Amino acid sequence: MSEISLLEVNRLITSFETDRGLLRAVDQVSFKIPQGKTVGIVGESGCGKSVTAMSIVGLLPQPSGKILGGEIKFKGEDLLHCSEKRMQEIRGGEIGVIFQEPMAALNPVHRVGRQVAEVFRVHKKMGKKDAWDAATEMLALLKIPAPEKRMMDYPHHLSGGMRQRVVIALALACRPSLLIADEPTTALDVTVQAQILDLLENLQNEIGMSVILITHDLGVIAETCDEVVVMYAGRVVESAPVDELFGNPQHAYTKALLRSIPTLDTPPKSRLYTIPGTVAGLGEHTYGCRFCQRLGINASISRERPPFKEVTPGHWLEICKNCSEL
Amino acid sequence: MLKVEDLRMHFPVRSGLLLKQTGAVKAVDGVSLELGFGETLGLVGESGCGKSTLGKALVRLLNPTSGRILFGDVDITHLSQSQIRPMRRDFQMIFQDPAESLDARMNVRSIIEEPFVIHGMGSREERKKWVNELLDRVGLSGSSAERYPFEFSGGQRQRIGIARALALKPKWIVCDEPVSALDVSVQSQILNLLVDLQKEFDLSYLFIAHDLSVVKHVSDRVAVMYLGKIVELAGSETIYRNPRHAYTKALLSAVPIPDPRVKRKKILLEGDVPSPIDPPAGSAFGHRMNHPRYEETIGMDLSLREIEPGHWVAADPTCLNEADWEKISG
Repeated sequence: MSEISLLEVNRLITSFETDRGLLRAVDQVSFKIPQGKTVGIVGESGCGKSVTAMSIVGLLPQPSGKILGGEIKFKGEDLLHCSEKRMQEIRGGEIGVIFQEPMAALNPVHRVGRQVAEVFRVHKKMGKKDAWDAATEMLALLKIPAPEKRMMDYPHHLSGGMRQRVVIALALACRPSLLIADEPTTALDVTVQAQILDLLENLQNEIGMSVILITHDLGVIAETCDEVVVMYAGRVVESAPVDELFGNPQHAYTKALLRSIPTLDTPPKSRLYTIPGTVAGLGEHTYGCRFCQRLGINASISRERPPFKEVTPGHWLEICKNCSEL
Repeated sequence: MLKVEDLRMHFPVRSGLLLKQTGAVKAVDGVSLELGFGETLGLVGESGCGKSTLGKALVRLLNPTSGRILFGDVDITHLSQSQIRPMRRDFQMIFQDPAESLDARMNVRSIIEEPFVIHGMGSREERKKWVNELLDRVGLSGSSAERYPFEFSGGQRQRIGIARALALKPKWIVCDEPVSALDVSVQSQILNLLVDLQKEFDLSYLFIAHDLSVVKHVSDRVAVMYLGKIVELAGSETIYRNPRHAYTKALLSAVPIPDPRVKRKKILLEGDVPSPIDPPAGSAFGHRMNHPRYEETIGMDLSLREIEPGHWVAADPTCLNEADWEKISG
């Protein structure tokens, strides 16, 4: 990776305080987001992908969520040790965030226009009129038909796709240099998903921002990302440029994931590959290779944490001899 | 086995002080289809196209407005709840969200046993044995029976839902988005299970989903639904290799392919599915695309025609290429 990194996450550890003690949801996760690129984070529910994203923007559920170690560097600035005031400037200013459920991100009792204009008033210190105009322009940029009219609507007036556009408008209002999109299209139909992804790509080129795209959909990853980070049980098991990851997957989990999805080319009613076992609960993780744990490979030989190394330029891998032969 | 003729499911829209009916949501608007023994018919379409409503109407969880549902040679369209109850053994439903469709206060044994109790089948001992057999068949341990739904993961809960649906040895099952809430690795387990069960019990499925790769994987034939109507119906390979209707083409081109080397030109549709409250008078999809021939379709018969043996498509000049339109209309 010779490009300049916009964001660097190094050995991040995020835990949650629960009745059962401190549970580690993210266990020493490291990756880099290059300038202007889209990086996908993929993994099953509970693998820590959303927690990683929330850690970056300091939006962990409080008071249970705690970052216990590592560093997050955004344009050289340490995000873990900056003030809450500075964090508020960065969130919505330099880093935009989109969540999966647009209805939860919008305030149901305020008009759409007021919510989008608020971003301009807070971050750009604009006056009422200017902020309103800027917000209308933003909706137009997101190809929302009749933006002046939509500004006066409440979120429940809009369809799912339109709502997600409004949320994107909120996130992109200040032309951030980084956009974190957590499952932005999961709740949408494929046709609307295609519209939104297309729109995001165009806006990305226009603004020149980097994007972290969190999804469990490998198809979306393949079509939109430059690089992919695969997470399993709180750890990064593999990360590589997209062609390399799909063309030459190395980790047993990545391979298994790629094999288990039906595509339009798999013969009808054929048996799909299934990954044996289930993901262990947060409190039950081994220190050794966690995919070995799932497969039931003898735990005594995998008590050591597998090393995470760069095997070829840009291709990082958690190297575990015990499950790699599968 | 199952035959549906011109089924309509309209919901009244009421407004004003006296709640007068001012319109109707035409969720299902003239659907005809057939389902054979041991067959899976996939049903795809965008949200709001009426696919779930159709599924619910077919198992008579809703009372159809008009049309006919023939199960074998029995017309079940307008049977009362007490008349339909004994027939419910034959058709069951699996829901999208197993967390919501399982009663949180009942343990797994009571949930799966309930159909037997309702139909007065077996002694206590027999029912216990049947429940254990069903759990075993869907891949859950016998000890699961005494636990409650919240103790299970999403995939396991879906297995419980499947066990309950199987209990009465039904002939056909409506699967409404059975895997869309699940992770890919769990999704493949459930899909395999559904395919195995189908072979074992000679089940027929109406498989409703928005994930087209999943639908293609499990289905023998696929029906594409748009705004309450079926616009194309064909064998699953055929419809994916050679779609005829513009909407099917657009829908297929929007499916992301998990291979970064594949670069396709996507057909991007404008806007969302139009509201079924006040659907366009002519071709609904022609209207969405602003097709120049849209005006012609007002008042035209846009019903399905057989363009190739077994391949049905709506006779709609705005949604077919010229050769296909000529073949169908001429």
